[in-house]
Amino acid sequence: MLVGAVPFGLVTGVGAVQAGIGPLGSTAWSVVAFAGAAQLTAYALIGSGASVAVVVAAALIVNARFVLYSVSIAPYLTSLSRPRRLLAAYLMTDQAYITSLVRYRDGLDPASRWRFYLGAGWALWVTWQVTTLVGALLGGVLPETLPLGFAAPLAFLAMLVPTVTDRASLVAAVVGGTVAVLAAPLGPAALLLSAVCGIGAGAALALRGTGDGPAPTATEQTP
Amino acid sequence: MSTTAAVVALVLAGLGTLVLRGSALLFAERLSDVSPRTQAVLAMIPPATLAALVAPPLLLPDGSFEPLGPQALAGLVALAVAWRTRNLLATIVVGLVAVVLLELVLG
Repeated sequence: MLVGAVPFGLVTGVGAVQAGIGPLGSTAWSVVAFAGAAQLTAYALIGSGASVAVVVAAALIVNARFVLYSVSIAPYLTSLSRPRRLLAAYLMTDQAYITSLVRYRDGLDPASRWRFYLGAGWALWVTWQVTTLVGALLGGVLPETLPLGFAAPLAFLAMLVPTVTDRASLVAAVVGGTVAVLAAPLGPAALLLSAVCGIGAGAALALRGTGDGPAPTATEQTP
Repeated sequence: MSTTAAVVALVLAGLGTLVLRGSALLFAERLSDVSPRTQAVLAMIPPATLAALVAPPLLLPDGSFEPLGPQALAGLVALAVAWRTRNLLATIVVGLVAVVLLELVLG
């Protein structure tokens, strides 16, 4: 889980310096927002001179997927106290969410669920703070030929594969990915739109009762 | 952007993100009885969202559609590794090596 975050954090730190907000600004964003994709989006907009409203709107659209994660994981964390759930919300990332969810589906008692989530969340938090700061301090020193930015989609790809378990989830992934490519000109809004389309298509198939066929092979799928 | 504007942007983005993350978690006690139908819909969230994060950087590496570019082909290699090994580190390492080599070959 942390392996994917290291290069992603470095790239995000470099992005902060390129946007002109420096190592201090980079760390402030990493602590307050703690969201790589949104940070990269915000930095690009700040660097191009966008207004506060545009930066905030774009960051929140990119992070709107956390509502889906929140809805999806909440049933497993009902027994937690409110402060713990607030901490769980702050520590929510793609990685901590998907790692925990996969583990919860295998069966885990409520106390272990919290410990597992907290462990994944803090491990990623510390990694994120260190790597974004290192990236910001290194700034332009890293060679541009190093395709570190490519590590993030690879990490998401590795997380995606175990979630494709039947025909319905395969359709959700294919539709989500296809719409994301087609809708890319829309900017940050494309992510939310494609997620909703993919969920809708997969759910339609699952609710028709045809979602539990044999698991298709990975090669049928366009990443 | 002035320093004040930058701080305002960060605080609003940070608070807004916390609200998004906490949306359902903070009202989790009302979600204790989730019907099988709802569960079927919720199960679609990870594959749809993760695929939407994966596809554009692989197929639109520089903003234009490149279905046979180094990123797309390296993505296929990484997909095969992820499928066979279910190993995050192996997927990333093989994918990064593949994209560097493919960029050298395809120029």
